[in-house]
Amino acid sequence: MYEGVIQNLIDELGRLPGVGPKGAQRIAFHLLAADPDDARKLAAALLEVTERVKFCRTCGNVAEADQCRICLDPRRDPSIICVVEEPKDVAAVEKIREYRGRYHVLGGAISPIDGIGPEELRIKELMTRLADGTVTELILATDPNLEGEATATYLARLIKPTGVRVTRPASGLPVGGDLEYADEVTLGRAFEGRRLLDV
Amino acid sequence: MHLTRLALTDFRSYVSADLTLEAGVTTLIGPNGEGKTNLAEAIGYVATLGSHRVATDAPLVRQGAERAIVRAAIASGRGNALIEIEVNPGRANRVRLNRTPLPRAREILGVLRTVLFAPEDLALVKGDPGERRRFLDDLLVARAPRYAAVRSDYERIVRQRTALLKSAGARLSRGGRVAASAGPAESAASVDARSGAAPSTRSGTGPAASAMAATLDAWDDQLARVGAELLAGRLSLVRVLRPHVEAAYAAVSGDRGPAGIAYRPSFALPVPGGPPPGDTAHGDGVPGGSAAPGGPGTAGMDSMGGKGADLEAAMREALQQARPGELERGVCLVGPHRDELELRVGELPARGYASHGESWSLALALRLAAYELLRTDGEDPVLILDDVFAELDAGRRDRLAVLVAGAEQVIVTAAVPADVPAALKGISYDVGGGTITRGS
Repeated sequence: MYEGVIQNLIDELGRLPGVGPKGAQRIAFHLLAADPDDARKLAAALLEVTERVKFCRTCGNVAEADQCRICLDPRRDPSIICVVEEPKDVAAVEKIREYRGRYHVLGGAISPIDGIGPEELRIKELMTRLADGTVTELILATDPNLEGEATATYLARLIKPTGVRVTRPASGLPVGGDLEYADEVTLGRAFEGRRLLDV
Repeated sequence: MHLTRLALTDFRSYVSADLTLEAGVTTLIGPNGEGKTNLAEAIGYVATLGSHRVATDAPLVRQGAERAIVRAAIASGRGNALIEIEVNPGRANRVRLNRTPLPRAREILGVLRTVLFAPEDLALVKGDPGERRRFLDDLLVARAPRYAAVRSDYERIVRQRTALLKSAGARLSRGGRVAASAGPAESAASVDARSGAAPSTRSGTGPAASAMAATLDAWDDQLARVGAELLAGRLSLVRVLRPHVEAAYAAVSGDRGPAGIAYRPSFALPVPGGPPPGDTAHGDGVPGGSAAPGGPGTAGMDSMGGKGADLEAAMREALQQARPGELERGVCLVGPHRDELELRVGELPARGYASHGESWSLALALRLAAYELLRTDGEDPVLILDDVFAELDAGRRDRLAVLVAGAEQVIVTAAVPADVPAALKGISYDVGGGTITRGS
């Protein structure tokens, strides 16, 4: 235990995801030793992010205005929507740099244990976006775990009657990796989804 | 395969222990409560990442210590392997194979194969169906480690779906109203508020019942997909295990019997145009006709199945039919977690009918069958007989000893040397006072 304010900082840092008690202590003393300006910049950034960042009213992604920059970008294809669980997944898909469609952030996945059902996710908003017929394809890029699969299945069943094409990214081997390092589940899925090599 | 060394740190009663082992028979002799079973348990843990005595890892760590470490060196036809497991209760275990850390602890499964006989085995016959399902699943994982993932996925789906059934049942009993203000809606409310779409979410919500049914449908799909995989694995396992159980029972009971096993699923399996030819010998595998008249799954059920897609479809249909009852009771009623491995002695189900001696013969027969099956897959598994001879009468004791004496490695624990049959006199160690010393 340290003096009041330091312990306070350590406690607050320790509540962050991915930061344990030792990490929190390390960060706290790093901040103490660093230029006070650095700490001020960090504090300002924290305040700014809580005050200025909102959630896009269309897709649910993080935004600094009413809508996010992707929804406002006229060059993005409005006929394809990629459905993801969290805003960080948008950033992940954006790394492809080739996906030109838009996004819809659900805000989680269906998980009855955690009390999260479809009503707790932004599914109504998604259905509203599908209503005018602009969207022709929905890519269900929820996480490839049980909850993500259940959410994708739920959405696929819900959307089927609308006639919108529903797709799901393939599960398989990581590119550039070694076959021997793949776990048995991934490898099993990859074998299931094998393709004909047309040469 | 056989163990060449077992070293423990802070495992159960041991501050540290180091035991050198050889192929053949090793007996560990010592009074009760001195730590013989802890050694057997440690070996079992290396093979299965679980204890045969407790469901959680916390009791495995010596009191006052933070973690336990188990090291096992194995010699097998595929070469030597060194397994090191750091048991961290409440956190992920760390596992190294030949000094290389494995990304997931469960990747160690299948490196060491064991068959452990213990006094607790009587529960295989007399206990709940869950004991027998665990026996099947453990064996399934030992033969094909990928089932470890199938099994844990399935258990998680059942938990998720049960949570859903409970909350759905509660909502319906409140008169089918939309539970807009009920508990977990907070997170959605805050997200909606931030996205400025709060009004549109609540208005236009369909009847609570249909929304809930759609969510259940999604989890039904998961349950059927993974459940069918687990079920297919168990069905084919029972098919290959059965002859071994029959033979082992005859051998251990001194030609009493016949004993048999049959897999009894919680729903009707698809019938692919009658039983396949050449399978008539199993026709009498139908359990005595005394149980479940006209109930789901009867004649020759475990000679079919294995077709994943058919099983999945059948399970989905059964789920549809069971739904009203499931909602009412808030329990998942259909799936491999409700199935039973039925054991039979003569014409009668073993549970409730078999005598103490017959029950022991059957429990031993199941373990011996597991041993034979693993053997036919390839390498001899390590046999561990933890304090079982004291439980058996002289006839069963001697017959069991003869049956296992030829195994590549047998590790026997007993309180007194007299409990160990003459056929199993091997290298002997005295266990007591937290130390292990080479006996005479």
